[in-house]
Amino acid sequence: MSVENPVERYLRTDRMPHIWCPGCGIGTTVNCFTRAIDESGIPMDRLAVVSGIGCTGRVAGYMHVDSFHTTHGRAIPFATGLKMAAPDMKVVVYSGDGDLFAIGGNHFIHAARRNLDMTVICVNNLTYGMTGGQLTPTTPEEAIASTSPYGNFEHPFNLPYLAESCGAVYVARWTTYHVTQMKKAMKEALLKKGFSFVEIISPCPTLYGRRNRIGDSLDEMKTYKTRSQIKNGHDTKDVDLGMGGPIIVGKFVDRERTTYQDAMDAFYTRKLGDRYARASQ
Amino acid sequence: MHADPAGVLTGAHFLDGDHACCEGALAAECRFVAGYPITPSTEVVERIAQRFPQVGGIFIQMEDELASSIAIAGAVWGGKRAMTVTSGPGFSLMMEHIGFAVMTETPCVFVNVQRGGPSTGLPTLPAQADMMQARWGSHGDYEIIAVSPNSPQECFDLTIKAFNLAEQYRVPALVMMDECVGHMMERVVIPKPEEIDIYPRRYTTAPLDEYLPFAPEEDMVPAMVRAGQGYRFHMTGLTHNEKGYPDMTVSGQARLLGRLVDKIKKHAVALTDVVADQVDGADAVVISYGITSRVAQKAVQGLRAKGLRIGSLRLRTVWPFPEQLIRDLARNVRAIVVPELNLGQIVREVERCANGTRVVGVPHAGGTVHDPAVIAQAITEALR
Repeated sequence: MSVENPVERYLRTDRMPHIWCPGCGIGTTVNCFTRAIDESGIPMDRLAVVSGIGCTGRVAGYMHVDSFHTTHGRAIPFATGLKMAAPDMKVVVYSGDGDLFAIGGNHFIHAARRNLDMTVICVNNLTYGMTGGQLTPTTPEEAIASTSPYGNFEHPFNLPYLAESCGAVYVARWTTYHVTQMKKAMKEALLKKGFSFVEIISPCPTLYGRRNRIGDSLDEMKTYKTRSQIKNGHDTKDVDLGMGGPIIVGKFVDRERTTYQDAMDAFYTRKLGDRYARASQ
Repeated sequence: MHADPAGVLTGAHFLDGDHACCEGALAAECRFVAGYPITPSTEVVERIAQRFPQVGGIFIQMEDELASSIAIAGAVWGGKRAMTVTSGPGFSLMMEHIGFAVMTETPCVFVNVQRGGPSTGLPTLPAQADMMQARWGSHGDYEIIAVSPNSPQECFDLTIKAFNLAEQYRVPALVMMDECVGHMMERVVIPKPEEIDIYPRRYTTAPLDEYLPFAPEEDMVPAMVRAGQGYRFHMTGLTHNEKGYPDMTVSGQARLLGRLVDKIKKHAVALTDVVADQVDGADAVVISYGITSRVAQKAVQGLRAKGLRIGSLRLRTVWPFPEQLIRDLARNVRAIVVPELNLGQIVREVERCANGTRVVGVPHAGGTVHDPAVIAQAITEALR
């Protein structure tokens, strides 16, 4: 008797095997994401996945939905146009820390400020994997990267704090060790109206773990298990990531704000009355 | 198909080129504009922001030109006809997404109201110095369509044309205005909606499991799709196969690039759009485009009054370059004179096609238009 793998229908199986290294965490996040879609009840034909460039940027190409592999850092503005043109689509931006927060940082803060109705999932592996392990805006201080061979002296972003202060209505962080919680957070983010953000701390054993003597992927999982502290509702100011020390995980923000689209409709209706012509689908 | 009456402001108006461009976009059923303010193009988006909420359009002022130039691609794949508007520095930032739109065959319109450069240059003053950037500015090999209006009326007409060509060939179409045509005010006649031809987007009718988003039809252009139709398609800026999946092989690259270039190149004659005036029997012909064509006209008229046989050829479509036309022309004249508000861009294309016929450029660094006397003198000297 053959039993269908529950995640398979969400994947382009004709594109397997995927490009990710053994021990990489991206596949784990995709597995959780497909289960989150399944549980969310969002029809596959109403879901669009938009990615930027990089290892996580390849996620769009493996999802069996309308999927867009865009340019480096610009998944969010592409998704902005897509969502505004096709408001009945659920639009998910799925990308990495370098793509979303270095080259794409400006777009992230403005999409959060506008409260665009979209979900942003960031697989944060603390490095640029595709290009060989360079420093990103989330690389912890002291960490070795190919462009910080003596260690990193830059202060990294605290992503949940950034997302909350810019206006995100849902902010959560988990690691690839926390698959159940990750799936639940992704589902909540998918069903949340407004700009929702989920950060997943994820191993890159090939280019980050090895250089920083973390060991292989299993060792990294053990690290996540020991270092993680679940603190739902914790102040995001206080969830910085270091080389050692705790990894604070949990659901930090869940609040209501008027979305960009609703604000636009309400505002023009008030100002223009009958003269306002709402965009047709 | 004809224009949706909702966006068409039929009648005679007194408009500047920027506002006329906005009305052209509305008539062409553009219903999504993402922009970032920049002189001297700002009036286009200002009018869009005022007009769009009343015609079912969506305008969003993005955080920069990188965002604007890809937000329009997102809107196109969501089913809208879309445009962005900018000038030199913003045009430089948009280059990556012109390439992205070429690669993903996203029909969209980029308007560049040209000003003096490089860098911040002359924000409020005219130039035509982005013509080669329009052709080659994004990395990689590609072909593009660019039109060049010389009046507010043509800002209206050629913006519509740009939308139609973008849809027909699934390519970004560029409207290369300049500060002069953008800011000059003239009579603009907007026809009735039923007199405005609209090239509708060619949506696929293939069964859900048979559609290949990048499989070309007879004219080498694939049928389009939009998000939410159930096709569950993929698109990528990577070199891809007909299914839209990455195919980063030597043969895959040759096949895709060959088609992207050929779908424009092989239609170059059909895309040629020039205004020829007394070219037959002329000793010298002036080739010009945009605002410079109007200055050149004064020089040409002056010399004709003196009995010289001077023809004028105005390029309304600059890219693809009307190669065959210029080759034929070069066989029949003694000299070709090319005035332009840059230090020599389109003149190089003319030289390439002239096959030994004398070609004389009349360069100008920008900031104002040519003195017609300088063009007249160049024509006279070219015939010496």
